[in-house]
Amino acid sequence: MSTQHRTAGDTATAESPAGGAPAPRRTDEGRERARLVRRQRRSRWDLKLSPYLYVSPFFVLFALVGLYPLLYTGYLSLFDWNRAYYVRGEFVGLDNYQFVLTDPVFQKSLVNTFSIFLMSSVPQVILAVTIAALLDNHVRGRAFWRMSVLLPFVVAPTAVALIFGSLFADQYGVVNGFLKELGLEPIRWHVDRWWSHFAISGMVNWRWTGYNALIFLAAMQAVPRDLYEAAAIDGAGRVRQFLSVTLPMIRPTMIFVIITSTIGGLQIFTEPRLFDDTPNREGGPDHQYMTSTLYIYVKGIEDQFYGRASAAAWVLFLVIVAIAVLNYLVTRYATLRSSR
Amino acid sequence: MRNIATGPRRWSVPPGTRSRAARYLAAGAVATLVLGVTTACGSGEDPTASADQQELADGEALSITTFGEFGYDALIEEWNEANPDLQVEQTKVSLWDDWKNELNTLLQANDGLPDVVAIEGDFMPALVAAPDRWVDLSQDEVEGRWLDFKVEAATTPDGELLGYATDAGPEAICYRADLFKKAGLPTDREEVTALMTTWDDYFELGEQYVQKVPGSKWYDASGSIAQAMLNQVAFPFEQADNTVDVENDELKQVYETVAANTDKLSTRAAQWSDDWTAGFKSDGFATIPCPGWMRSNIKANTGEPAPKGVVWDIADVFPGGGGNWGGSYLAIPKSSPHHAEALEFITWITAPEQQLKIFESLGNFPSQVEALEDPQLLKTKDPYFNNAPAGEIFSNRAAAIEVQPYHGPLYSDILGKFQDAINRVDQGTDPDKSWETFVSEVESLQ
Repeated sequence: MSTQHRTAGDTATAESPAGGAPAPRRTDEGRERARLVRRQRRSRWDLKLSPYLYVSPFFVLFALVGLYPLLYTGYLSLFDWNRAYYVRGEFVGLDNYQFVLTDPVFQKSLVNTFSIFLMSSVPQVILAVTIAALLDNHVRGRAFWRMSVLLPFVVAPTAVALIFGSLFADQYGVVNGFLKELGLEPIRWHVDRWWSHFAISGMVNWRWTGYNALIFLAAMQAVPRDLYEAAAIDGAGRVRQFLSVTLPMIRPTMIFVIITSTIGGLQIFTEPRLFDDTPNREGGPDHQYMTSTLYIYVKGIEDQFYGRASAAAWVLFLVIVAIAVLNYLVTRYATLRSSR
Repeated sequence: MRNIATGPRRWSVPPGTRSRAARYLAAGAVATLVLGVTTACGSGEDPTASADQQELADGEALSITTFGEFGYDALIEEWNEANPDLQVEQTKVSLWDDWKNELNTLLQANDGLPDVVAIEGDFMPALVAAPDRWVDLSQDEVEGRWLDFKVEAATTPDGELLGYATDAGPEAICYRADLFKKAGLPTDREEVTALMTTWDDYFELGEQYVQKVPGSKWYDASGSIAQAMLNQVAFPFEQADNTVDVENDELKQVYETVAANTDKLSTRAAQWSDDWTAGFKSDGFATIPCPGWMRSNIKANTGEPAPKGVVWDIADVFPGGGGNWGGSYLAIPKSSPHHAEALEFITWITAPEQQLKIFESLGNFPSQVEALEDPQLLKTKDPYFNNAPAGEIFSNRAAAIEVQPYHGPLYSDILGKFQDAINRVDQGTDPDKSWETFVSEVESLQ
């Protein structure tokens, strides 16, 4: 389209000086010329602007629901909060950050966050790769198996929390009932810090493993089959094929899954909140399984300190950015080293 | 929950090709957008200003949100039938703590609040501390309708009345007569009453009980005993001038008593938790502090009709004198566009006649003077509780209340932290350490 316009414009410019036409015609011509110039300008704008317009829905939405809250949170984190009227108070500089960073509860929540993240993301990725590798084989009823690994993902997290809540109830729970049958000591799931993390990671893993497995499966199916044939001719067994062909070939997907599950794993909220059966739901009375997102919620919504909650949100944001950058550097280093 | 990064990883355009103007344009657009949105949401409307008053539109209903069980279902139906022009729609939230959080969020946004809001009595001081957000409900018609202490708790220093009281929570002790029998304790109401007049007596009786019935505990939760004792302290958390003082002797005494008895006498379950609920059915405990409204919880958790052999009863006594636990209010936020209609409705539903019906059907004890003197109420018996004369018992309990604890604006928040402290002890944390955490958490509330 733009090429045509340009040709038309060029013709117009070429014709006008040659004519030596009478005045009225010249005005006509001038008008025509102005019109063409306008058209040309429009088409140039079209060429330059359209691509931005096409991608704009995402960025406009991102600006509205991502960037704006981010910046506004940063702004609020510098202010005190009037708890009675729920409005912004005085400017307090970095006081809120100081409060959050020295708050033992926040420090505890950070440790919990990392503990739950490691207990969930690491086994999750390993399990997901294993399941995907198994599903990549010729098994009977392939569609059935593939659908069923995704089933937990469809269940709402609230329902998951309810199911796990009755499984892991301290006194009358199913798991403890089973342990007692076996003659073992019942575990105090809601009391012991690490066991509670274990139960919560269980919920997270149950929900996300199948989802990640399907992503891995898709990547594995894209691996050219002749590579396996070549490997088989070279005498590589199944395990060797998996380690030397499959794993290197799905590395980009691996990076994607690791990064998204890192981000997700550091933002776990629903599970610990609903796992808690004390009325306050602050991640256990001793905050033994309060994650940082839960801390933000408690400070902002329950305790009504929006400034402090905002400061905590920013600290968490920076932590996640740092981890993501670290992730990126590590994987880049690994990729560079292996490609050499 | 998860953000999946979309979009290209890297800009594919080499540097320098994008014109400076385009960059400024982009930056300008983002800035305008951010500023625009900031002013749109940031300044908001003045939360202390009344919303423009409008008539209810066709098909629009007055909204009310309650928590737990207010017993309003049948009454609202009755109202809706009699008032086709003023329909009311109720939303129920199961737990006060959940509703409190949502209410905080709505107050924060100053948007989406229902026309009528149910408020737990403990949260009323927070309303009194911010009176400009709520409609003043005082009118001649309701003068002298409620017990004095209920009105005082909802009145600002300037004399504005911010909430209409619904029920009151005078406490008795509900007990399992069948388990008492098993332990060789007297089961008769009057005899039990005589054994529980002081807290020391109550705990001592508990020691006897747990020795005879191993596997069962004396009371439902450390939290409810703490709450009960707390309701007999004049200044539990805050002094009269609203300065926070949690390190007073009386509060410490309550805490230490509860902590000392946790091991032997408490189920160690957190109130309202799954384990707590399960304890009703499985003979988990023998007694429970029992405001009128607790009866509907007991019925629901134990099962109605009661499982074979289970006999609940009510003793006309409360250790250490009387005590009031709970009792709620209805309030109208200024953001509601229907003040007059809302006022008309809550004037009706908190009237003695309506509260009497709720007492009949559910057991929530009225806070209206006229209802308390009602001969019908005094005659009411509760068949589920071994035909205990519930009306008479709770009237006596209301009369026995001597101390009205002072509740400052932070009461509800500090109470939450206090319950956490008790729950920590339940879970095995050293009481002294738990107390330290409590003190530092209260500090961070200020």
